[in-house]
Amino acid sequence: MIQRPYVFFAWFVSLVAMFGSLFFSEVMKLPPCVLCWYQRILMYPLVLILAVGWLLKDRNLFWYAFPLAIGGWLISIYHNLLYYGVIADSIIPCTEGISCTSRQIEWFGFLTIPLMSHAAFKLIGILLLIERRKGRSSA
Amino acid sequence: MKNKRNIFILIATIFVVWAVFGLVTHFYESKKAAEESPSVEADKSRLIRDDSWSQGPSVAKVTVVEFLDPECESCAAMYPIVKDVLAGFGGKVRLVTRYMPFHGNSVYAATALEAAGRQNKYWEALALLFEKQAEWASHHAPRPDLIPNYMKSLGIDMKQFEVDLKDPKFKEKIDRDKADGMALGVRATPTFFINGQVLSELGYDAFKNRIDEELGK
Repeated sequence: MIQRPYVFFAWFVSLVAMFGSLFFSEVMKLPPCVLCWYQRILMYPLVLILAVGWLLKDRNLFWYAFPLAIGGWLISIYHNLLYYGVIADSIIPCTEGISCTSRQIEWFGFLTIPLMSHAAFKLIGILLLIERRKGRSSA
Repeated sequence: MKNKRNIFILIATIFVVWAVFGLVTHFYESKKAAEESPSVEADKSRLIRDDSWSQGPSVAKVTVVEFLDPECESCAAMYPIVKDVLAGFGGKVRLVTRYMPFHGNSVYAATALEAAGRQNKYWEALALLFEKQAEWASHHAPRPDLIPNYMKSLGIDMKQFEVDLKDPKFKEKIDRDKADGMALGVRATPTFFINGQVLSELGYDAFKNRIDEELGK
């Protein structure tokens, strides 16, 4: 059995998110918008932090990883609100390059890049919270 | 012992995800290549338009179509290379330029180029805008207001230039170029089509070698 499976799974999600985002930008050549970059900044370190924390069985891992997940989650909420037109276009912080509301991918009619990012951050955050709760009750 | 097992699990997982990434990339690229080759052939009409700027013989064995943005730094960096390489082929290669405006003042600069072109100064104006790009297209303090000064230095009739700048035909041409570029899969500038095939690598050698290959066919 895999030890601390929630941490492991959170790491797995971040790994898939990293490869996925690299696939969109490097293989499909879709330029990342500014908000995508901010989310990448928070997602990529999670791949390393969660892996090392899981290996070392670090009890404090939650405190290193959770702020990144929450930060990414908040940005992804803002991104999705812009993307789906809940917040007006005029306050988009992108002035150059690709717009944060450009619809580049819509799989199965609903699955967009900002939605996938949001799901990944949310999942990582929830898994870390579960792990923390379990860690506390077993301590 | 247990940690060794965990390291193995981590590495194996990375390997599996990486392998999936590689497989998906492979399938995506082969699918794209299969889709693209006939469409570029079919879309040849979108590659060169009757009013596109062109240098060199229209019956040249090799035609280079460059999608460029006057405000793009890589385009400015590539331009002397393009000129140098083409000069080396001594008029055997045709160069066609198209607009792909991606920056804040690109459309204005392209309109100025069109207005200069109406006075037969297109190529001089293009070379000058690239040469002076650092002045007028700085990221932090762009100075598009400098463009008319450059045009003046080329001996352009400024009264006519100002009138021509407002010609809606230029905007239509630039928009159509961009739409053509998007349809042809242009997502970055400069993008070169050498006899209809995209040049995947930029630089002196890559550019020259591809033309050599095409001339040798």
